[in-house]
Amino acid sequence: MSALRVAPAPSLQHGEAVGAAGVRVLPARHPWRWVATAAVAVLVAMAANALVTNDAWDWPTVGDFLLSTSVLRSLWFTLQLTVAGTVIGFALGTVVALMRMSANPLLRVVASAYTSVFRSVPLILQLLFWYNLAILYDRIGFGIPFGPVFVSVPTMDLVGPVTAAFLGIGLHQAAYSSEIVRSGFLSIDRGQREAAAALGIPWARQFRRILLPQALRVILPTAGNEVIGLLKGTSVVYVMALPELFYQVQVIYNRTGRVIPMLLVAAIWYFALTTVLTLAQSALERRLARGERRPS
Amino acid sequence: MSAPTAARVEAAEVPTGPVVELRGIRKSFGRTEVLRGIDLDVLPGTVTVLLGPSGSGKSTLLRTINHLEKVDAGTVRVHGELIGYRRAGRHLRELHEREVLRQRSRIGFVFQDFNLFPHLTVLENVVEAPVSAQRRDRREVETEALALLERVGLRDKAREYPRRLSGGQQQRVAIARALALRPELVLFDKPTSALDPELVGEVLDVLRDLAGSGTTMVVVTHEIGFAREVADRVVFLSDGVVVEEGTAAQVLDAPQHERTRAFLARVL
Repeated sequence: MSALRVAPAPSLQHGEAVGAAGVRVLPARHPWRWVATAAVAVLVAMAANALVTNDAWDWPTVGDFLLSTSVLRSLWFTLQLTVAGTVIGFALGTVVALMRMSANPLLRVVASAYTSVFRSVPLILQLLFWYNLAILYDRIGFGIPFGPVFVSVPTMDLVGPVTAAFLGIGLHQAAYSSEIVRSGFLSIDRGQREAAAALGIPWARQFRRILLPQALRVILPTAGNEVIGLLKGTSVVYVMALPELFYQVQVIYNRTGRVIPMLLVAAIWYFALTTVLTLAQSALERRLARGERRPS
Repeated sequence: MSAPTAARVEAAEVPTGPVVELRGIRKSFGRTEVLRGIDLDVLPGTVTVLLGPSGSGKSTLLRTINHLEKVDAGTVRVHGELIGYRRAGRHLRELHEREVLRQRSRIGFVFQDFNLFPHLTVLENVVEAPVSAQRRDRREVETEALALLERVGLRDKAREYPRRLSGGQQQRVAIARALALRPELVLFDKPTSALDPELVGEVLDVLRDLAGSGTTMVVVTHEIGFAREVADRVVFLSDGVVVEEGTAAQVLDAPQHERTRAFLARVL
């Protein structure tokens, strides 16, 4: 250190020292930032202009139908499909993920077969299968496997179109969810399980208190995207002629002939719901970030 | 700080027989046999240090004591109780996971990488196992946990999350967490190896304090100075066998075997 001090300091020209009296520090110039700003501003103005001045968008009709009862009712059904898909998907997905990680080879094989079948067949096709289940099995019985049947009901009564939609979306979602859940558990450091085991913490408690909260931190961002994808994915249920949002706007424009404004109504609602889900997701992530290095 | 060895052994005369008895322990990973027939007794109130080159099997041996590692042959007993198995006539029956967890809750284990639960506060880390594994009253455990944190000098960090602490502080919390189970035995797996050099001292101070209070300890470490000062017995392992054992003075200052001498020459 002292060696540095002994070295003669180079003499400063006037205005060379930051903070010296009478010396101002001028920020660096960034001319290209101004060019980019101007270019993007012009593009935004053009887009806004195109949306507002072109009568073909027919904004008055959008206003008429955005909050109409039929649209709101279909929106409610879309929400139900999304919630059912999420709940069934993640509940069953967790079971499948645990099976995949189990020590039992049969459980592992069945779980990965499930995932690969339900992931490789398009949702729209799966939905049509469930919709037509009665053609394959006209009655469903409850009893002892390969033994006597105690009660049997017509398939149509048990799996109507609405149930078929819930089932189809839930089972399809479970295949994706199981992979997300599994990756969450695989991301946990091996030492966490060892520490919990070394402390003798009972297994169920290890899962709930130690492993699950840590897995959730990895699962949640991906799961959030998955739920957003699911919300929009429910639109394929229109093939079953069920009154969810996308089907409903089609019904309306087939009647009124105003295709574009009705598509816009659906787009606005999907956008609004996605925004809400995104906000909910980031709020949850902040909550789960407890114990991270950075102050929250 | 540490009491003289003789006094400590006298103080712990009440429970008779060794705390740990290992007989004929063998263990392979794939085709490599890392433990090749090990016998070891740990007497109550003593500090046993396991030394040896890396890959000598000392960590694996330590982990067999609380059944984190299953043995391929041999028996592990803690206070006379078979660990991981029970006798069923002429055979041994593997214990259910639940039973093994119960056995482990009497044995403290401190890991090289601390393995604190990052999403729980320091206090929650310490309180978790006594409440969930030993079903003790949470409030009573919390009082005891705060006293333990005081003992390792971290009472003021009780509400912090582990990742905000230094490595040395995290390891001291991990020690408090192990002690909260009121264990009959505490196992330390290279407790200072993951620490920056200037943080090693604070963890060794805690170990010295524990040794001085008559806790039965088995420590895998590379800290020869610590071994010389605190160990009642030093066991030198190499290639999966015990090469020699004795007091710290015998093994460290007058080693009988060439392999021990070569190892000590490298690390000292």
